[in-house]
Amino acid sequence: MPASYEEIQEKVITELSKLTASDVELTEDSELVTELGLDSFKVLDLLMDIEDEFDISMPVNLLADVHTVKDLADRIHSVINSST
Amino acid sequence: MSLFDKFQPLAQDRHTLLGQGIDPFGAPIEEIYSPTEALINGRRTILAGTNNYLGLTFDEQCLDAAHAALDELGTGTTGSRMANGSFAGHRALEQEIAAFYECDKAIVFTTGYQANLAVISGLANNEDTIVIDADSHASIYDGCRLSGADIVRFRHNNPDDLHKRLKRLGERAANALVIIEGIYSMLGDKARIREIIEVKNAHRALLLVDEAHSLGVLGERGRGLVEEAGVISEADFIVGTFSKSLASTGGYCVSNHPQLDFIRYASRPYIFTASPCPSVIASTRQALKRVENGADLRARLWRHAHRLYRHLLDAGYELGPEPCPVIAALLDTREQALALWRGLHEHGIYVNLIFPPATPGGKSLVRISVSAAHTDEQIDTICQAFTALSTSI
Repeated sequence: MPASYEEIQEKVITELSKLTASDVELTEDSELVTELGLDSFKVLDLLMDIEDEFDISMPVNLLADVHTVKDLADRIHSVINSST
Repeated sequence: MSLFDKFQPLAQDRHTLLGQGIDPFGAPIEEIYSPTEALINGRRTILAGTNNYLGLTFDEQCLDAAHAALDELGTGTTGSRMANGSFAGHRALEQEIAAFYECDKAIVFTTGYQANLAVISGLANNEDTIVIDADSHASIYDGCRLSGADIVRFRHNNPDDLHKRLKRLGERAANALVIIEGIYSMLGDKARIREIIEVKNAHRALLLVDEAHSLGVLGERGRGLVEEAGVISEADFIVGTFSKSLASTGGYCVSNHPQLDFIRYASRPYIFTASPCPSVIASTRQALKRVENGADLRARLWRHAHRLYRHLLDAGYELGPEPCPVIAALLDTREQALALWRGLHEHGIYVNLIFPPATPGGKSLVRISVSAAHTDEQIDTICQAFTALSTSI
């Protein structure tokens, strides 16, 4: 399912908004753990939601260097592009 | 940033916790009186959080076997299985565990944690994919990480979700290793193993079942969920621990795949760990016999489990989904869980306290494990304490 980077980032932010307080501003530079306070399992659960949203398989180990919303969107973008 | 700065948040948490009295994450057990009683922090306490499901830690035959091995073979092997640590007892236990499961091959490990680390990282490498239940034990996550394989999680105990994720793998699903647990340690729920086997067969994936909490607890001969569900031959690998129903320390893996033996030469956690002490092996061999003939113990264990589960539900506690020797009370906040844990300690009862992120759904848990060795009076006392504390939590 091809998707642009912007579409992916928007969906990532939508999924993240379900896990964070309503007054938290989510940007592409938001840090998932240190800034948004997501624990390791919330990030892993978020990954499952994203896999379902885009109907892709994105292994947990691809998260090793993911720190920000942008890192995550980039990684998803690259997985989608490599599978199309 | 110094090497130690990362510990600062942990140090703050520890300071806060210890400022309130006894440490729930290191309760000082000063004396042990029986499988179900100890002196903790100066208080005679019922042990209801030790996973000593069959209560065999003071079984006379196990003790005698351990004493004899200690005298005959010494305190330790001082070496790995690959070097000088493969005694006759290690090999005999492997044969006995293989016979117990009616499988061709078995390997014994020094701990249950090491068993998962060694088997998973020995089987899979960076060209493989492992698909694990989201609520898997840390040893499974760590084994997967050590393997370098791609790790995909499926939603807890959800065969449809497993199917969906295997389908997304395409051709890679046929060689994927699916990992589940017989009984999940956090909430005490059983895997939907028959449906999961249907899914893995449809995709021609392989299945590893961790029976850490179900060995001795489920099945006519105590072989775990695979026996209860009648699917022993459908599991490619069965892993378990000696540190719960078998009342010692160690772990094992059984399989009908002849390649299991190669783990001995391909798995770093196996190669580079000293083998189990002879006394541990000797008591485990005795305990395995008792497990196999332990229908009486299992009947008693499950009677206690059903009774306590029913009582806690009636007292208004939110519990795991089904009665089990592992019973988890789910609390919304850490403070509630800590207050319940401390209250139980003051009533002379030891249970486990578990905080997120180690818990499913972000809840805090007060986890009880019942034992066949508990008396009816001890279960009464546990019930009464939970009832007394229910209104103040």
